[in-house]
Amino acid sequence: MKENREGIKGWLRPYKYGLPRFAYWLQRWTGVGLLVYFIAHVIETSNIVNGKIAWDKMLELTQTTQGHIILTLVIGMCVFHAANGVRLYFAEGGKGLGKAGRPEYPYNPLSLNNKMKACIWVSIALAALAMMYGASILFGE
Amino acid sequence: MSVNLKILRYSPKEGKRYDTFEVPYQRWTTVLDALLYVKAYVDHSLALRYSCRMASCGSCGMLINGKPRLACYTKISELNSNEIICEPLPNFPIIRDLATNFDRFFTNHKNMMPYIINEKTDRKMDDIHREFIQKPDEVEKYLQFSYCIKCGLCYAACPTTAMDKEFPGPQALAQMYRYMIDSRDQASRKRLEIIDNRHGIWRCHFAGSCSNVCPKGVDPALGIQLLRSYLLGFSKKGEEKAVLYISSH
Ligand code: SF4
Ligand code: FES
Repeated sequence: MKENREGIKGWLRPYKYGLPRFAYWLQRWTGVGLLVYFIAHVIETSNIVNGKIAWDKMLELTQTTQGHIILTLVIGMCVFHAANGVRLYFAEGGKGLGKAGRPEYPYNPLSLNNKMKACIWVSIALAALAMMYGASILFGE
Repeated sequence: MSVNLKILRYSPKEGKRYDTFEVPYQRWTTVLDALLYVKAYVDHSLALRYSCRMASCGSCGMLINGKPRLACYTKISELNSNEIICEPLPNFPIIRDLATNFDRFFTNHKNMMPYIINEKTDRKMDDIHREFIQKPDEVEKYLQFSYCIKCGLCYAACPTTAMDKEFPGPQALAQMYRYMIDSRDQASRKRLEIIDNRHGIWRCHFAGSCSNVCPKGVDPALGIQLLRSYLLGFSKKGEEKAVLYISSH
């Protein structure tokens, strides 16, 4: 018998299952992105122990267009991950989902209600706004 | 009107391949009707599972145009496509063609102890009829979860199930909630212990895909989050207990 488990492909797919699946996908990728940034940030700042010249050289690296783009992305990832994380904190504790009841056709799932969807859109909008603000400061220097 | 039905064929000896069949259809033709047309008139060797043809038995789940659906509950006309791709449900081992093995899925379900546990229901004397009386709001707490037909669509859509073999899956977890929240049941603590582990309920990250594909309005994602609220201490099972009614025959 062939196992046929989807594996990593399963969580890499953001479409077909509606907005909450897209939010799940974004939450995971922003989490991975922030972890990578965190490691890079620790490496970057640890350079301070190598003296002022090494530190200034490292700082120069971040003062480039690419560096600014990466930082803008980090701001977006951070804001989305935090805002959507708050939604998940409440939802995964059963809050804001509504009460179970008698299912009526066409069976719109309560857990995927408009409140949840609105929160996802707000998280995306907040991330976009923060990125615009961040970019305007970084590129406006 | 006709449509191209592209079916994934699999046998352990020959491996995987896709076969395409041109099938006539009407506005009301379901994907299952089309598959049965192929089986009856074109290729008898096509393997698929079905029974009720009315979204009740849960046997005909498959991936239809990339999404888990019941073949008997999906009309060709609603898919708005000239090509219908039928593949076996992912996350289930394939037996042959579209027929998948549900052993692990059913084992996960059984592991949840899907029955009422209450010492008062232990029937020792046959001449006594025992029945619990529940109020409508007590019934509504679990009713929607009891509509599950065990079709496995949620299990196929879940990204955690895709990665973690040990994860019980949305169906089993929602059934755990169905029995835990029942006012006749006395085994909440024992039940919660089963899923409070590394591969248990904590692996659900609320992607909601299970509820998106469920054909019966069970909303497993709701059941899982409500269940988790008990583990987190956000909710407590009410003291209200179903009243036992005893009468002699
Ligand atoms: S919860 Fe819904 S999708 Fe999952 S097995 Fe039950 S009926 Fe099928
Ligand atoms: S044949 Fe029974 S659910 Fe489709």
